[in-house]
Amino acid sequence: MRNRAWWIASLIIALALTIVSPLASRLPDGLERVAEAQGFMHLARDSFYEIIPGYVLPGLHSQALANIVAGMIGVLIVFGLCFGVGYVLRVRRSDGETGKP
Amino acid sequence: MIVSATWLVPVLSPKLMHIPDGFLSLVATGMGWALSILALAYAVVRTNRQLGERQVPLMGVMGAFIFAAQMLNFPVAGGTSGHLIGGALAAILLGPWAGMLVMTSVVAIQALLFQDGGLIALGANILNMAVITCLVGYSTWIWLQRIIGDRAWTKMAGVFMASWVSVFVASLACALQLGISGSSPLEIALPAMGGIHALIGIAEGLITVATMAFITATRRDLAESRPRAKQGE
Repeated sequence: MRNRAWWIASLIIALALTIVSPLASRLPDGLERVAEAQGFMHLARDSFYEIIPGYVLPGLHSQALANIVAGMIGVLIVFGLCFGVGYVLRVRRSDGETGKP
Repeated sequence: MIVSATWLVPVLSPKLMHIPDGFLSLVATGMGWALSILALAYAVVRTNRQLGERQVPLMGVMGAFIFAAQMLNFPVAGGTSGHLIGGALAAILLGPWAGMLVMTSVVAIQALLFQDGGLIALGANILNMAVITCLVGYSTWIWLQRIIGDRAWTKMAGVFMASWVSVFVASLACALQLGISGSSPLEIALPAMGGIHALIGIAEGLITVATMAFITATRRDLAESRPRAKQGE
């Protein structure tokens, strides 16, 4: 597969993964489990602000949909950020590739 | 303000190792920021020297995939859940330095936009989930390849083990920070965090192997494009 087709397909796979996110396990995770068992969970503080807390987009009635949309927003933002960081830092092939016939 | 509502009802939120604000002391917080900023500064320099044009979209795709995969908590033994971290995956595909930048982007967006992991604790979270997973995962992978060779199946065995080790070591680092902070005594935090993440690491290994197999099958050049000559890092 060509490079562009491949990464667009991969981005779509990443977006598609968020569709199953409402089915994700709601059990406490590793750190939460330890914090609960050791009794230091109460130390956790709220964040100063909330944008999309808990991966659920505020304002949508369906929790599942809010979860999926939040995930897709995140996927696109992270894609853009990582692409941008790579684009800025990449090695420019000014010596080799600009001189193509 | 004793226990925040979002912590009482952990709805679908991937907090595998995402430390919230309040768990860490000033010393542990400062150490987290100092070490991760040092590592990231070096990662920027190295990436600026090494990253090829074709790897730019791969960085975007890796970030997108790892972010999505981190949302998918799966149940582990004993009423606990876990999810992919992805540091080893990013480091094996992109090298440890570009991988570290991808992981930092994921962890930073999770904290800034999704309130997953504290803002003050972000330094420690970057240290654990980006810096440590990438460096440990990558060096374990290189080391294993030297020992067990790089035939197709031994390579995948190496990917599995490197992923497992990356999660395990990151969880120990997290336990160490909790211990230094006095949130949980070390002799309890270390085995507790290590024990759970020894299990979660198995899933990390399986998902990383599956993803590597997919990339090798569709784009062998991307799976093997990383310069081998520059291993000693």
